[in-house]
Amino acid sequence: MSEIKESKKALFPMTKKERKLLFDPLNDNNPVTVQVLGICSALAVTSMLLPSIVMAIAVTFVVAFSNLAISLLRNYIPKQVRMIVQLVVIAFLVTIVELTLKAYSYPVYKQLSVFIGLIITNCIVMGRLEAFAMANKPWQSFLDGIGNGLGYGVILIIISFIRELFGRGTLLSGTPIEMKIIGASSDFWIDTTTNPYFGWYVNNNLMVLPAAALFIMGLIIWYQRSKNEKLIGIS
Amino acid sequence: MEDFLNVFIKSAFVENLVLSYFLGMCSYLAVSKSVKTAMGLGLAVIFVLGITVPINWLINHYLLSEGGLLGMDLTFLRFILFIAVIASMVQLVEMVIEKMSPALYNSLGIFLPLITVNCAILGASLFMISREYNFSESVAFGLGGGFGWFLAIIAIAAIREKLKYSNIPAPLRGLGIAFIITGLMGMAFMGLMGIDPAIFFSGK
Repeated sequence: MSEIKESKKALFPMTKKERKLLFDPLNDNNPVTVQVLGICSALAVTSMLLPSIVMAIAVTFVVAFSNLAISLLRNYIPKQVRMIVQLVVIAFLVTIVELTLKAYSYPVYKQLSVFIGLIITNCIVMGRLEAFAMANKPWQSFLDGIGNGLGYGVILIIISFIRELFGRGTLLSGTPIEMKIIGASSDFWIDTTTNPYFGWYVNNNLMVLPAAALFIMGLIIWYQRSKNEKLIGIS
Repeated sequence: MEDFLNVFIKSAFVENLVLSYFLGMCSYLAVSKSVKTAMGLGLAVIFVLGITVPINWLINHYLLSEGGLLGMDLTFLRFILFIAVIASMVQLVEMVIEKMSPALYNSLGIFLPLITVNCAILGASLFMISREYNFSESVAFGLGGGFGWFLAIIAIAAIREKLKYSNIPAPLRGLGIAFIITGLMGMAFMGLMGIDPAIFFSGK
């Protein structure tokens, strides 16, 4: 019995350092609010919740596997051509994501086609390659990639939740479980049978503009740093 | 010449890449702590944009489009070729800065290689295609777009230097207030969206 227990434990042997790699990017070393990476896509995608969720998953996949690949290759890449090698790896992975989405979920692909291409120019991917994968072992780099992808996803989902709720009055629109939460006087006719509270809210068009994402991001940083005092003073 | 100035002014002020389209935000926010570093990165961006946009115009016009040298429609290769041109130019800039000014090289840190994935650079090449500029216009667009980016990063760096002495809640200092100020500057720039600079030059 004890042998089985031990082998189960050994299935995911996570040292303290590895756990730190995986969970630090969620708060203490968040790629968006602390490292200032991946802002452009955070402005472009977050006006609705569904694109943000798909984007978060896609970026996590690309960061994790490009970190792994570059970390395996790190001793064979000459310094002078490293960016081109990195971009080839990233472009290859983004193409995989694009074709997978196209094959299995065509409506989402059609809605997101431009944003998926934007992953190539998402600085989180190349930022982590330059800062971590070029100098660390494959397994650590892979964990670092997953952690940073998740940290990026958390911020994306918070911002898009606020923007879609107050900008359009809906949540998850474009999916089968679309929710008209507080509603809008101009976009939808008022249907009080499904939700009696729906329809009293006038859409705030500021929330649809990219500037709103900047304001919300500023407020998130304010909140995060007031809860987590060791971040005060960084950049 | 009139067209050249027209496109230059338009891309630098009216259609500013940072403040109207919110492109190239990452390095814009991260490197704007002091005017001196911001100026170094701004000049690098002017250089990279001023070179890559015309080169990409030539590649698109003579290699990829259907009437080009190869006689085939190869526009699906656009992303990869554009990114390759940008990456090699940035690598060149990196080597030059490392040799000429190691201090600037160190203060730019990771954001120098990240010019490659600065959305403003690839975005400008794609705008150049979608707006159907000719060669001289694309030179003007590259330089003007770079100049607009340069002005925007200098402006926010100067504001942030002044903000060091103002009374902001401690957790909002630095990055947080920079985000909010960029949002406000962007909203102000939206007022320029409708202006047509051609009017100033044609004298009507």
